[in-house]
This record gives sequence, structure tokens and C-alpha cells, in this order.
Amino acid sequence: MRRFAPNALIGGVLIGLLFGVAALQTFWMPHDPLKLNFAARLQAPSAEFLLGTDEFGRDIVSRLMMGASTSVSIALMTVGLAVLLGTTIGLVSGYNRGLVDRIIMTFNDALLAFPGMLLALGLLSVFGANQYGIIVALGLAYTPSVARVIRGAVMSLREREFIRASRTMSNSEIYTMMRHVLPNCLAPLIVLATSMFGWTLLSESALSFLGLGVPPPAPTWGNMLAAGRPFIEQASWLAIFPGLCISLTLLGINLLGDALRDRLDPQMRGAV
Amino acid sequence: MSLLEIRNLTLEVARTHSVIVNDVSLRVEPGEIVAIVGESGSGKTQVARAVMDLTHKAIRRRAGESLFKGRDIFALPDREKRKIRGSEIGMVFQEPMTSLNPSLTIGRQLLEGLELHRKMSQEERLAKVATMLRRVGIQDVAHAMRAYPHEFSGGMRQRIMLASVMLLEPALLIADEPTTALDAVVQRDVMELMVELTRSANTAVLLISHDLPMVAHYADRILVMRSGELVEQGPARDILARPQHDYTRKLLAAIPWRGPARAVDRTTTPVIAVEGLVVDYGGQQRLFRRSQPKRALKGVDIAVQPNEVVAVVGGSGSGKTTLGNVIAGLVPATSGRLLYDGKPVIRGAPGYAEWRTNSQMVFQDPYSSLDPRMKIAALVAEPLRHEPGLSRPQKRDRVAAILDEVGLGTAFLDRFPHELSGGQRQRVAIARALIRNPRFLIADEPVSALDVTVRAQVLDLFAQLQKRHGFSCLFISHDLGVVEQVADRVIVMQHGEIVEQGSRDEVFDRPQHAYTRKLLSAIPALVLASGGGIEMRTRDVGGH
Repeated sequence: MRRFAPNALIGGVLIGLLFGVAALQTFWMPHDPLKLNFAARLQAPSAEFLLGTDEFGRDIVSRLMMGASTSVSIALMTVGLAVLLGTTIGLVSGYNRGLVDRIIMTFNDALLAFPGMLLALGLLSVFGANQYGIIVALGLAYTPSVARVIRGAVMSLREREFIRASRTMSNSEIYTMMRHVLPNCLAPLIVLATSMFGWTLLSESALSFLGLGVPPPAPTWGNMLAAGRPFIEQASWLAIFPGLCISLTLLGINLLGDALRDRLDPQMRGAV
Repeated sequence: MSLLEIRNLTLEVARTHSVIVNDVSLRVEPGEIVAIVGESGSGKTQVARAVMDLTHKAIRRRAGESLFKGRDIFALPDREKRKIRGSEIGMVFQEPMTSLNPSLTIGRQLLEGLELHRKMSQEERLAKVATMLRRVGIQDVAHAMRAYPHEFSGGMRQRIMLASVMLLEPALLIADEPTTALDAVVQRDVMELMVELTRSANTAVLLISHDLPMVAHYADRILVMRSGELVEQGPARDILARPQHDYTRKLLAAIPWRGPARAVDRTTTPVIAVEGLVVDYGGQQRLFRRSQPKRALKGVDIAVQPNEVVAVVGGSGSGKTTLGNVIAGLVPATSGRLLYDGKPVIRGAPGYAEWRTNSQMVFQDPYSSLDPRMKIAALVAEPLRHEPGLSRPQKRDRVAAILDEVGLGTAFLDRFPHELSGGQRQRVAIARALIRNPRFLIADEPVSALDVTVRAQVLDLFAQLQKRHGFSCLFISHDLGVVEQVADRVIVMQHGEIVEQGSRDEVFDRPQHAYTRKLLSAIPALVLASGGGIEMRTRDVGGH
């Protein structure tokens, strides 16, 4: 039996809690997160409203619960899209080298030269400012960095002798790529994916600042954070609690990602 | 008073308290060459580091002292230690690629030591550096002073490293595997230079090495270490001729010997042949121009008969590895033909699959030739993917049978490569190459990454398997000792061309080409002495 690292446990609990809350909100929330209640505007946390209310008198707890599922599913799908596209491009490019690589990488580097946010904004104006538009825009904006990282890993791997050994075994190139190259790229990929998860949560909030996030009244952690900014002095809880949710989720995902990376690496097994 | 005296040194891993050097005592007299010989894990490097109190943080000294000119290094304040390091005790490490700073010019690095430790004018320093560089065999000193380390070959870098250490004329030089990364000819040149420089400055040398015959050639006294203990010490000649300890005998027995010559039928169709093989490297299309290609092979013809072991020898850059890679299908030929069983190998043509299955490869580095994420069972079974109609149990039996043949048994099936030792990994690699009973095996420096006693075992295994299965082999190596043991025929390569080839006994006893003679003169001839020991003689290579 392997020892379970305390870090992995903390990460697991945080992420477990997150999914628990996201599941819970589908059938129970303390208040209606969308119901306006001007009598109860900007109330501080109390027994009735555990984390206070916003400028329209909506319950922050309920909005955070509803936002959890939106924010997390946006982040998951964005990361999934970027990883899928980026890995494919990186693998093809790094493994084949030559002309294919040069063309793909020139294009990739050109995209990397744009700030990711700017790229996402441009793409959003094409796809429209809704949940799926955000996923596609951010996903595409992150793809070049994934492609870069994977290509680097693949290029150093393909010179390793076990890759050459695979060729002498009459294995096809596709098989070699999937069986020997890809699994050995997992470590950098997991590290990158977990950080991208965090970037997505934050970018979504930045997009909300610019009015291109998930449109109101639907709550996401990002647009709640953005909406809390004008009230930071009178009602700091408006910004603090969504911010705290984002931070804790990031912490959880990073701890879990590290543990996952170590667990998937046979050489780390049994190490303390 | 001895120059250096280590008394009862015991080192342990700080966290686990496991002892890695146990109660080692040794002396080095002024001007003497003392060698510590041992395999990996023997603690020889840790002893050398402890001399200067340079052991890794994770390692703690439990007991012992290191007296240099009568003063205990461990008891000195850091400032005093720094004064002694470099100035009175110099160090040369194994890897000349990493021990020189890549971002400083050679001149800058050589001047540094003099500036730190010696009071003299800049002109005097420059003159001293220039003299030293000339002594280590650098022709264009002015150019070398401005050049960076990467502009020099490995051997040259190690000479420069020696120059930088010997500039300060230290009383003691610690050389940790100084020539292990170099090929045989360069290795000898560097060793002779080291001996010459230290002799003239009356510098004592503490030489750390795994290579007993090499060490015996240069050292006055030899200490043999195994798993942290000093098992035997004495004058070099006695250690070789009359080894007392079993482990020393084992080390001596691991030195490769020439076996009896075998008859090979040279009238049949060669299993593998290449004709007029030319390979160019580089020549990549840059944005505006095509870079100049480098010709690695300049028209090579070879033929390997069934059941024949052909060794390809040569220094680094001779093209021997490229030759192996072309025959394994890993590097495309620029021109020339590769023939399997008399028929040209062309992708897509009939017979291509047959060649692919029948020509397998064992690589040099068992640490990198096995996928770190696969278990041994999966690694060895992988080539069987291409055998049609094998059921799971049949595959499992084949894997078990071949692992048994390479002496591993089934105990390792569920392990990962990093859980195995270097020798065990190389056995796995051999099993993987042989599981489909290939007719031809390419072995690219298969034992050069292994410890000497492990190397002997793997070579034995190789000979056994070759006898049993009768596969032909192209054995690529820079180690003539190993080649002398395994080869039926020897091909000597230099600068991408074959300079000499013939049966093993012809090439080793009557070398024709100057380069072959040079290679041979770099390794000693060993003669069995009475009492289980050996005597070393300089090889008679004729010519000069």
C-alpha cells in the first residue's frame, strides 16, 4: 500500500467539495440566486444570508453555488479543448520535424506573440459572448502554449533510445507515438493543464470586466468578482468570497495535479 | 609526514544513517600516484570528495579525519579550506563537458586560479598560462585563450582542465575518473600528459577509477574498494600479480580475454551486407541557404556471414555508430545499398518485413533504451505484437522463456526498469531483441555503460546466446579489450572509412594500418601469471 501524501488529501478534499457543491445546487440552494430583493441590498454576512447579498439583494451563497457549476464546467472544457488540440499539434509537429514542423510552428509562434487575452477577445467577437463562445475562444487561445510544451517534450523523447528501439521492432510510427511518446509527455502536460485551469477561471473574470463574459443574470465566479469591484469599499464580501472560491479551487487543482503526476510516474512510486 | 593521510573515515547518509564509507584509512606520500579502484557504489568518489571536505550535504561524516600536510581539513575554518582547494589540492573530474564553464573563454578560466591564489603581475600570469597551454599540446595559444570550451573536443577539454589545475602546481591532484568519457587513444594521451605534468611539478595524484588495467599502468599503489570498504591495498604490480582478496581476483577475472578463434563459413550468402554506403548529416534547409552537410560515412562496404560476430572499432567520430544505425534502419543512407540475405532492403518491397523482424538492436545505454513507463513483462513482449496468431498464454510463455535464458527469471516481470540495476536492464534489452529469434543483431556499445564485473557477466551471456541461437552480430565498440574477446572478424574505422579489416587474430597480432596500431598500443596485453594474477605487457604492434 502506498502512502497517501497529505497534499493530495487536501487537494482531493477541496476538489471533492467543489463537485459536491456543484451537484447540490441542482436541487437545493438556500435562496433563489436570481431573485432580486431590493429590500436586502448589500447586506453583510448574517444568519439569513451567510455570505451577505449583492447590490440587487441576491444571496451570495446561492450565487456562488450556481456559479460553481458554470465556472468549473467552463474551465474543464476549455482546458480539455486546449489539451486535445495542443497535444495533437505538438505531437505531430515534434515527431515529424521537417517541413510540417516548420509550418505548424511558425503559425503557432505567431499566435503565441499575441497576448492570450487579446486573442480570446478577437475570437469571442466571432463566436459570440456566451458560455460556449468563451470555451472555444479561451481553448484556442491556450492551444499554442500546449503545443509548444508538448513539442519540446516530444523532440527530446524522440532522440531517446527506447523510441528508436520501438522502430527496430517494426512498430508503426502512430503506435510508437501513442504507446511510447505520449505517456512520457504526461508530466509536463498535467502541470500545464492544472495551471491552465487557474488561468481560465481568472480570464473568465477578466472577460466579465470587459463585458464579454457569461452574460448576466447567470452567475459565474468571474462575473461575480467583476461585479463586486465597484463596491469593494462598502461591501468587500462581494469580491472577497468569489475570489476565495477561485483561490481555493486553484489550490486544490494544483495539489491534486501534482499528486496525479507523481502517481502516474512509475519512478516516483514508493518515493516519499 | 605523509602529504595526505585519511584516518578511519566513516561516512553515512544523513537521513537514513546507512554507512557508505566504512573505516577507510589511506596515505599519499609527496609525488606518489595512488589509485582507488572500485565499481559504482564502492564509495571511491565519496572518499575523494571527503579529502577536501566537499561531500554532498546529504552525506555526513560519522568519524575520521583527513590530514593534509598534518592539518585536519575537517577542523579548518571555511576560509582556510578555500585557500587549500585549488591552490594546494587540485581536482579533475570525469566530465570535461561540464567542468569547464561554457560561457567563459579558456583564457579567463585559466587566469582565474592564478588571480585568486598567486601574487604576480598580469604579464607574468599570461606568460605562465601560455606556457602551460603549449605544454598540454595546444598549438595556437593566442586563439585558444579567446576560444570557448565547446570549440574543443572532449580530449582537448580534459587537457585544458588539466592545464588549469596544474598551473597552480598543487601538492596533490585528485583525479576522479579523468578519462572515462574519452575513447581509448585519447584516454592514453591524457593519462600520459597527466603523469608527465604531475611528475615535473612533484605533485602527488589520488586517482579514482573503475578501470584496473589502466590504473595499474600508471599508479604506484592501488587501493581496492567495495561497498564502502577497503578490501585490499598494495603496490600496483603486486595487486595484479598476487591478488589477495577474492574481490580483487573477481575484478581481474572480469578483464576481457581472447577466446579461441572460431571457423566461420565465408562462402554462404551474407546475412547483412552494405555496398558503397554514404551518409551525410546536416545539410538542413535554413531560411536562405542550405547548411553544409557533414559526410559521416564515405563509401563503406561490409558483409556479415551467418553465425559471425563482426566488431566495428574506432574512436569517436569514426562513423561506427552511424553504420549501425543505417543497418538497423534508423538513419537513411544518402547513397549505397543495404542487402539482407542477398536482396536489397527497400521499404514496401517484399522481404522488407523479413529484414525488419530479423535485424534487431541492443543499445548502449540500458537506462534510456527501455520505456520508463512500461513493466518488464510488457517491454519484453512488445516485439511479439507483430507475430500473428499468438495467444496471451503463448506470449507469456515466450517472455518467461527468454527472460530465463538471459538469466533473469520471472521475478522481474512486474517491475519497472528503474527498479533494476544497469546489468539487469541490459539483460532485459537483450531479451527484447532476441525474443523473435532474429538472424542478425546490432549491438552498439552494449557493455560500455556497465561496471567491469557486470560487463564480464553480460559478455558471457552474450557469447552463450550467440552460440545457442547462432545469430550474426555487428558489435560496435571503442573498447578493444571487449572486441578481442567477442569478435570473429574486426573492422577498423576512422573518419567514416574502413582502414583495416580482417580476422580478429590478424588484426590484433599483425595490424597493418597506422591507426590500428595506435588503437592497439593504447591497451595493454595481459599475460596470465601464476597465483591467479596477471602480468601486463606493452603490446607488440610492429611497425615502429
